[in-house]
Amino acid sequence: MTTPRELDAIIVGAGHNGLVAACYLARAGLKVLVLERQPFIGGAAVSRRLYQDFTYSNCSYVCSLLRPEIIRTLELPKYGLQVIPYEGGCTMMQGGGHLALYDNHDALRREIARHSKRDAEAYDRYSRDVMRQCKFIKPLLMREPPDPTSFKPRDLQELLYLGKRFHGLGEQRMYDTLRFWTMSAADFLDEYFESEIVKAHFAGSSIIGTALGPRSPGTAYVLLHHYMGDIDDTVGAWGFARGGMGAITQALGASFEASGGSIRSAAPVAKILVRNGRATGVALADGEEIRAPLVISNLDVRRTFLESMDAKDLPEEFLRHVKNFKIRGSSGKLNIALDGLPRFPAIPQGSPCTRGDMHVTDTIEMMERAYDDWKDGRWSRAPYIDMLIPSQIDPTMVPDGKHYMSVFVQYCPYQLADGPWDAAKRKAFGDTVINTIAQHSPNFKDLILHAEIRTPWDIENEVGLTEGNIFQGELTMDQLLFNRPVPGYAQYRAPVRGMYMCGSSTHPGGGVMGAPGANAARAVLRDLGRAH
Amino acid sequence: MAIASPAARYDSVIIGGGHNGLVCAATLARGGRSVLVLEAAAQVGGAALTREFTPGFRVSAGAHLLHLMPADLLRELNLEAHGLEWAAQGMATTALVPGGGRLSLGAEEAGRSLTPEDAAAYSIYTARMRRLAAALVPMFSRVPPRLGTTGWADRIALLRLGWQVRKLGRRDMRELLRIVGMNVYDLLEENFDSTALKGALGLDAVLGANFGPRSPGTVLTLLYRLSGESAAGASGLSQPKGGLGAFCDALAKAAAALGATIRTGTPVASIRIEGDRAVGVVLESGESIDAGSVISSADPKTTFLRLLGPRHLDTGFVRRVNHIRSQGLAAKLHLALNRRPEFSGVSDSSLRGRLLIAPSLQHIEHAYNHAKYGEFSAAPVMEITVPTANDPSLAPAGQHVLSAIVQYAPYALKEGWQSGRQRCIDAAVDALEGYAPGLRSCIVGAELVTPADMQAQFGMSGGHWHHGDLAFDQFFMVRPVPGAAQYRTPVDGLFLCGAGCHPGGGVMGIAGRNAAQEVLKVSLNSP
Repeated sequence: MTTPRELDAIIVGAGHNGLVAACYLARAGLKVLVLERQPFIGGAAVSRRLYQDFTYSNCSYVCSLLRPEIIRTLELPKYGLQVIPYEGGCTMMQGGGHLALYDNHDALRREIARHSKRDAEAYDRYSRDVMRQCKFIKPLLMREPPDPTSFKPRDLQELLYLGKRFHGLGEQRMYDTLRFWTMSAADFLDEYFESEIVKAHFAGSSIIGTALGPRSPGTAYVLLHHYMGDIDDTVGAWGFARGGMGAITQALGASFEASGGSIRSAAPVAKILVRNGRATGVALADGEEIRAPLVISNLDVRRTFLESMDAKDLPEEFLRHVKNFKIRGSSGKLNIALDGLPRFPAIPQGSPCTRGDMHVTDTIEMMERAYDDWKDGRWSRAPYIDMLIPSQIDPTMVPDGKHYMSVFVQYCPYQLADGPWDAAKRKAFGDTVINTIAQHSPNFKDLILHAEIRTPWDIENEVGLTEGNIFQGELTMDQLLFNRPVPGYAQYRAPVRGMYMCGSSTHPGGGVMGAPGANAARAVLRDLGRAH
Repeated sequence: MAIASPAARYDSVIIGGGHNGLVCAATLARGGRSVLVLEAAAQVGGAALTREFTPGFRVSAGAHLLHLMPADLLRELNLEAHGLEWAAQGMATTALVPGGGRLSLGAEEAGRSLTPEDAAAYSIYTARMRRLAAALVPMFSRVPPRLGTTGWADRIALLRLGWQVRKLGRRDMRELLRIVGMNVYDLLEENFDSTALKGALGLDAVLGANFGPRSPGTVLTLLYRLSGESAAGASGLSQPKGGLGAFCDALAKAAAALGATIRTGTPVASIRIEGDRAVGVVLESGESIDAGSVISSADPKTTFLRLLGPRHLDTGFVRRVNHIRSQGLAAKLHLALNRRPEFSGVSDSSLRGRLLIAPSLQHIEHAYNHAKYGEFSAAPVMEITVPTANDPSLAPAGQHVLSAIVQYAPYALKEGWQSGRQRCIDAAVDALEGYAPGLRSCIVGAELVTPADMQAQFGMSGGHWHHGDLAFDQFFMVRPVPGAAQYRTPVDGLFLCGAGCHPGGGVMGIAGRNAAQEVLKVSLNSP
C-alpha cells in the first residue's frame, strides 16, 4: 500500500488506546497509519461472532471508564457508539438470599438496610468518601505524571499542581487520602461496614484484573479505579455498549478514518526500526518496511521493548525496569451462548438486578481464599465471578429468545503449577466456573449452547496482552503515577527519540478508559509544538 | 525503687514503665522536669523483661534481642554505668536450610555459600538497601509534621524530608520511590535465585507484621527495620547479660539517677480531666496524683478508650482509634532444655547468633495464609536464639534455654487458645525438630506466650508488639491516628510516648525520646 503523502506517525496496535491516540493526532492534522496484527481492530474491546449469530464481547465486557471528554471530542455517538446504562446488579448469597444493587442511592441504601441498619447509615459516609477520592483523582487521569526526580519547569509545575490539589483537600482529608491509597480493600471496608455481604459486594472491584487479594494493601485504590467511571453524571458512564464492546473501537475507527487516518489490519509489526537513537518506522512480519518519524506503541511495555525492539537501542537500566514491571495474568473469561434466560431462585422474579452484573461471592474470606489458590499456581476452586447477560438489554447481540452471558473470572493463573495449559485443563477450568454458576441457577447448564473459555494464556495469544493481564500491568502502588510504567519514563516518551507509548501500561492504567491514548497524543503534539 | 510521697505534684506523670516510658522519663528528667513513672507490674520493662518460665530457667519473655535502639540514645543514657553488660554483640544470623544445610547471612560467609551471581547481587542489594535505609533514619528521630497547616515548622519538616530523599541522587531516589510500595517477595525475586536467601531476607520484612511476603508494604517494613539497625550502628544484634529485663533495670536506674521517680506495682485506673485538660491520674488503689502533663506509654486504644474514655473525645477521633489494627500475629516460644540443642550443620559460634526458619518465601506465605483465617501456621516460621549460649546465668549449669518468635499465631485464634495452645507448641517443636533432630527429647519445660497472653500480661491491646501494625496507613504522620501523630493528643496535657506512635515498636526507645522532646517544648507555667 503506497501513501500519497509521507506518513507523520505510525501507531502499533489498534486497541482502544491506539485508536484514541490516532484520532487526536489525525484531528491535529497529522497523517497517521494504524497497524493491527489481527484481521479485525479493537484489541481487547471487540465484538465477535464465534458461534452462529451470537455476538460476544469476548474480552472487556462493560463500558464504564471511557472518559466522557473523549466520547465528546471524538464524536463517538455520531459514529455509532450508544451506551445503555445498567439497571442494577446483585450479589447472591450461599444460603439463598441476595443483596440487590441499584444506581439510585436511596434505593440502594434501603436495600443495604435489609442486611444491616448500621451499614445503611455507613453507606452515606462510604459513598461520600469514595466520591471525594474520585473527584480528587479524576483530573489527574488526563494529565501527564511529573518526574519527581527532575528539576525541569514542567515537572516542578506538575508537582506543584499535585501538591496544590492535595493541599486543597484540607488536613483531615489529606490523611484520609494517604491512607486510602495504601490500604487494603478489606481494611477500608471494615472501617464502614459490618455485614459480610455488603463488604463482599464492594470488595469485588478491588480484585478484578489484579493479582492481589482483598486483604493486600493497595487494593482500596483498585476498588476506586473501577469506580472512576460512575462519578461523571454523563448517562451510561457505567453500562453496556450496544452491539458489544466492539462498538467502541468501531466508532473510534470510524471517527479516525473520517479525519483522514488509515488502518491496516492483518499487518503484524515485527520490529520497530531505530537509527541513531531515533525511531524511523516499523518492519512488518512479511518484511515490508513502513517509514515514519513518529512511532507510537499501543502494546504493553514488555511487548514493545523486549519483543519489538533491539536491546542495543535501549538504556540498560530502562530495560531492567521493563523486565521488572509486573504484568501478571490473574483473570479468565467465559462467553456463553444460552438457549434462554437462566433462572436465579435467589433473585425475585422481575427484579432489575439480573439486568446488571451478578456475583456469587458473599464473603471477603472467599475472595482471599480464591487468591490463595492463584498464588499457588492453580485457578480458584471457588472463583470470584462477575457475570452479565447483555442480551437482555441489547437483543441485537443474539437470535430471538436466546441470550449471551459474559462471565469474568478471578483468579486464573497464566502459568499453572502443574505444567502448561492444554485443552483438558482449559475445560476443567471452564467446568469450575460453570458449576459455580449452576449452584445458583438450576437450569443454567441445560441452557448452554456454546461456551468460549479464555484463560490468561489464550488472552495473551489472541489479544497480545502479556500474560493476559487486562491492565497491561498491575495497578499496585509501585506501578502508578510517576512509576508507571518505568520510573523516569512515565511521560509517554520512550528512551528513543520519536517513539511514544500509549497503552494501558502507562498512566493512568487499564480499563476501557482511553486516557493513556489521549495523554500520549497530547505529549506527541506538545513535542511537535502543536496545541492539543 | 524510691517511693514518692502521695502529696507530691509532678511536672509529668508517665503511665507505664516499659522501655519507651523509661526513656521518656530519663529525657524529661535530664530536661529538668520532675517525673513520676507508674508501672502496673511488679518490675519495670513492660514486654521487655526477664522472667522464670520453668524452675531455674529464665528468659526474655517478650523481645529477646536488642538491635534497634539508636547508638546516640544508648550513649546519652550511659547504661553501662548503671549495670548494663552485654552477653553478646554483633550477633550473626544463620538461615537453617532443610536437609541439614545452613546459610550464613554475614557478607563474606554468604558469598561462599551462594552462586557467584547471587553473591554479587547480594552485595549490591545490601549496599543499596543500606543507603536507602540510612536516608530514612533522620525521619525516625523527628516529630512527624502535620499536613495542610500553615505552620512553618511543619512545612520545613516536609521539605527536609523531601530533601533527604532527593539527596540520594536520581538513581537511588527512583529506586526508593519504586520499591517502597512494593512487596518483599517481588523485590527479592527481582534480585536473587537462592530460595534459602530469599526466605531468610523475607522473614525480617514480616517478623512481627500482619503481612506475608507477597503483601505490598513489606518493603516498607523491611526498610523500617534496616533504618532502625542503621541508627543503632555497629553493635548490630545484641543480647544484654541477664536478658532484656536487666537492660530495662539499667534503664530505670539511669532514669532514677537523672531524678525520675519510679513506682512499680501501681496500676493506673484512669486519667483525670479538669476543664478539658489532663491534670493527673487516679490509681486503681484510689490514690490520685496531680501532674502538669500525663504521658502514656500504653497503646493508643488502652490510653484513649480505657484510661481516658471516649466521652472526652469527638466521635471521628474515637472511630479512628477503634480502627487501629493492633492484633498481634507473633507468639514467643520458650523451651527449657536439659542439654545444648544441636542444629544439624550449625556451628557453636552460629548457635550464639540468630537462627531463622524460613526456608522459602512460599513457605512464609503459606504460614501467613493460616493467620488470615484465624488459624496458627501449620508450619510456622521462626526467629530462634539460644540465650544461654551467650549467658549461662539464665539456666542451671549445662542446661539451656531456647527462645523463639513463632509466626503466625493470631491474637483471635478461631478455635481459642485454650485448646490451640498445646497444638501450636507442638507445631513449633515439630518445625524445630526438623532442623534439630532429638530436640524434643531434651525439653524439660515449655511456654508459649501468645498475643492474647501478651495482652493479658503486658496490657497491650491485641498483644501487638508494635502497638499497631506497621503499614503505610498506620505509619509516620498517620500513626497511631491523625490528630495524635505528633505525640500530642486532642486533650491538652495528655501525650503519647509508646510504640503506637511514630516510629513504632521494637525495643527502640525513639518514640519515648521524641515524645519527651515534645513535652519539653510546652512551658511549665502554661495553663
